[in-house]
Amino acid sequence: MSLLEIKGLTRRFGGLIAVNDFNIELGERELVALIGPNGAGKTTVFNLISGFYQPSEGSIRLKGKDTKGLRPHQVTGLGVARTFQGIRLWSEMHVLDNIRIAQHYRLGYSLVDCFLRTKNYMLREKAIDDIAWELLEAMGLKDCAYELPRNLPYGVQRRVEIARAMSVKPSLLLLDEPAAGLNSADVEGLIKLVRWIHDTFPVTIWMIEHQMKVVMSLCSRIKVVDFGTTIADGNPEEIQKNHAVIKAYLGDDTI
Amino acid sequence: MQKHVATIAIFAGIILLVLCAQFHILDQYYISVLMFMGVNVILASSLNLVNGYMGEFSCGHGGFMCVGAYVSSICTVLMFSKNHILGAPLLPPQFAFIGFPLALVAGSAASSVAGLVVAIPSFKTRGDYLAIITLAANYIVISAINNMEIIGGPRGFMGMSATERAMQSMLDIPWVLIFVLLGTVFTVWLLRRFVSSTLGKGVPAICQDEIAAEIMSVDTNRMKLIAFMLSSGLAGLAGGLYAQVLGYVNPQSFDIMRSTEVMVMVYLGGMGSLSGAAIAAILYTVLMEALRFLDVWKWVVIPLLLILLMQFRPEGIMGNKELSDLFPKLRKYYSFK
Repeated sequence: MSLLEIKGLTRRFGGLIAVNDFNIELGERELVALIGPNGAGKTTVFNLISGFYQPSEGSIRLKGKDTKGLRPHQVTGLGVARTFQGIRLWSEMHVLDNIRIAQHYRLGYSLVDCFLRTKNYMLREKAIDDIAWELLEAMGLKDCAYELPRNLPYGVQRRVEIARAMSVKPSLLLLDEPAAGLNSADVEGLIKLVRWIHDTFPVTIWMIEHQMKVVMSLCSRIKVVDFGTTIADGNPEEIQKNHAVIKAYLGDDTI
Repeated sequence: MQKHVATIAIFAGIILLVLCAQFHILDQYYISVLMFMGVNVILASSLNLVNGYMGEFSCGHGGFMCVGAYVSSICTVLMFSKNHILGAPLLPPQFAFIGFPLALVAGSAASSVAGLVVAIPSFKTRGDYLAIITLAANYIVISAINNMEIIGGPRGFMGMSATERAMQSMLDIPWVLIFVLLGTVFTVWLLRRFVSSTLGKGVPAICQDEIAAEIMSVDTNRMKLIAFMLSSGLAGLAGGLYAQVLGYVNPQSFDIMRSTEVMVMVYLGGMGSLSGAAIAAILYTVLMEALRFLDVWKWVVIPLLLILLMQFRPEGIMGNKELSDLFPKLRKYYSFK
């Protein structure tokens, strides 16, 4: 059974077709890229998977389960985590809290437990803390655990956002333009980080990215979309030679 | 031992105040100011959950206070006093000090349910639009009670003082003061426990980025339901206590003026700071009494102070910090799980 199976996914906004008949099947521990010109509908695909939009047509199956009608936090509970194109951390709470809150779906205690500080509450909070510290340690963010995200450099904020996504313990990690706005040193760091995550955790990573350096050095499979439609799907060498892709990015050579 | 200093200090303070009231060291005026202070602390800290931590603009807190005040007053009058419509007391006066807290619980539960009027629309509506809904909720409560002749309509409702007399007939100590002080400590304790848990931190997450919260596994609808119901429930507790302090309630005392007053306390103290809300509520009550000599001009001076505050310190007295953030040494004196 594949991890993610999308069939005939279509999303219309009024007359605009943002995503048109999109199909993909992802297995376990893959590293895939979704590329395409601006406005091609890449982020809409991610928004559809995370339940932020509902599909107009087609189906999304996660581990065989149809996600239709699920709210975003329920989809996260099925093991999907994501980052955002512009960083969306909770900027007035320190890094540790950011990572704690993302574990909301497995709190496992009730409001009454919270008021009475029952044994269950203490155990669950301890488990949440342990996971958070473990991740911060592993991702080299331990020193900024008590910093507010807005006081951190942009590159570190990205790492925090990825750490927050990883605290969900996802089986599918969606990265929406992780290298956007990073300097070249940070991009190197990001490539290492993504590779390390892929090697360490049992997770399939699917990223939207414009920087070809990142895509080519990380991904074994690339899917290209334009105007909501898939125009190519294959390994990096195939994509680099594909005429439809070159046309979409650079335009037609006939003027 | 050092960790318990704060807890011991709080309860020692309560006992001291009760003793002062018991032996008439403080006169009745100071005691009633103290009780209003307690009620205001409950109101401000509960509204702070919605306006401060969640970042919504609720301006109908008076309405929820009103529901609590009326429901608990009706309960106590039913149980312990003779009323020309509700009839003879149902329970003998010995039960008063069990019956009164139960009436407070009933009032809080009722206003917490009334909080649904705002909580359910908040799933889809936010910001200014939700503010209008809260305003409407306030008006619904006031108009409904104005039109209920059985509980006095606009003339108000009284008879609660019989409960106090019933309690004092058993043991002559200042019961109402004790309940107000305990209610205040309970409210701050409850809210503190909520906002310091991972569950409760979902509330500021909604404030700071609702989309990120929803996508990163926070059940935002559930969090909104908890925040609004907890906030309005505690407002109901404040209402029940307020009604008992005055011995008389009328719908006008819970209108938009009251809601505004509570909002002023929250913004004075700083949004998202529990200690800020408490300090501001105390300060505001003192200020209201201290400026009494100005008579009607009080209402010129206080709004003016508000304008100055917004100009020079828009984040309020405490910002979103707690006392323990500003004075880390305080942490030695309490253990808070």
